Amino acid sequence: MSVRSERQARESTLLEGVRAGIPFAIAGGLLAASFGVVAQEAGLSPVAAIAMSAIVFAGSAQFAAVAIIDEGGTVGAAVAAAALMNSRFLPMGVALGPSLPGGALRRAAQGQAVVDASWALASRGDGTFDRMMLLGSSAIQYVTWTTGTVLGAIWGEKLGDPERLGLDAIYPAFFLALLLIEMKSRRALGVAALGALIALVLIPVAPAGVPVLVASLASLVGLHRRMR
Amino acid sequence: MSSTVLLIGGCALVTAVIKAVGPVALGGRELPERFTGVIALMAPALLAALVVTAALANGDRLAVGPDTAGVAVGGLVAWRTGSIIGCVIVAAAVTALLRAAA
Repeated sequence: MSVRSERQARESTLLEGVRAGIPFAIAGGLLAASFGVVAQEAGLSPVAAIAMSAIVFAGSAQFAAVAIIDEGGTVGAAVAAAALMNSRFLPMGVALGPSLPGGALRRAAQGQAVVDASWALASRGDGTFDRMMLLGSSAIQYVTWTTGTVLGAIWGEKLGDPERLGLDAIYPAFFLALLLIEMKSRRALGVAALGALIALVLIPVAPAGVPVLVASLASLVGLHRRMR
Repeated sequence: MSSTVLLIGGCALVTAVIKAVGPVALGGRELPERFTGVIALMAPALLAALVVTAALANGDRLAVGPDTAGVAVGGLVAWRTGSIIGCVIVAAAVTALLRAAA
C-alpha cells in the first residue's frame, strides 16, 4: 500500500514500467505461444498468426476471433467478437484520457498502449494515471506477446499446455490483488461488488466481452458523491 | 489469403479505434470533479468484473475449477501480506498443483 502512495507523488520512468510489467510479460508470452498453436488449428498460417499478434496485440480478442473462424464462422462475425471482447478498453480509455498530454493524434497513439495489466498498473487510484508505467509495462508485454506467438507458431506442439502450469490463474489473481489494494473506502467496496454481480448475471446470457463493459457502469455510483 | 488479411486488418482496426476513443475525446482538459469521482471508481468496477469473468467462468458458462481455488488462495495472500507478486505466484502454484492432483 505504501508503494502505491509513494508513486502517487511522481511519474515513473519508462524503465520502472518495463520492470513492473515483467511478470505479466512472462505470462503473456506463454499465452501467446498457445495462441500460435490455436491459430494454426483454426487454419491460419504461422505467418498470419504472428502478424495478427504483432498488429492486433489484444490477447482475448485474438483468441475470440480465431475461435469463431475455427467454428466455421465468417470473418465479419470474428471481427465483431473481437470488438465486443475489446469493448472494455472503451471505459479504460475514457478513464485514461485526461492523464494524457499532447494533441489528439498523439493521445490516440498513447491510448494504443492500453492492455489490462498495464492499465491497472498505471492507475493511481485517484482517477489519474502514471503514463510511463503504462507505456513501459506495455512495451515489454508487446515484445513477449509477439515472440511468444513466433515460438508457438513454429514449435507449438512441443511447448505443452500453459493451463497445466496454472498460468491462466495469473491474470485474475493479479486483478484480485489490485482490487484488494483499491478497497480503501466502503464506496469502492460497494462498486466492486456491484461490478462483480453485473458480470456474473451477464456471463451466461451476453456475448463474451459485454459483461465487463456493462460492469464498468457500476462506477456511475460516483456521480452521487455530492448528494450524500 | 484475402480473408486472412480482412480478419487481421478488421481486428486491428476495431481495436485501434476502441482504444483511441477515450484519449481523443477526453484528453488534455480539466474535467469536473464529479467525473473524476466516476473515473476513480472505474478501476474497482472493471477489476472485479475481470476477476469474475476470468476465474469463475469458462466462456459463457459459470464454472468453478482449480483456477478459482488458486485465485482465492492468491487473494488471501494479497490481503494478508499486500504482495501482488506473492499473490500471483501462489495462485499459479495452487492451480497447477490441483490440476496435477486431479
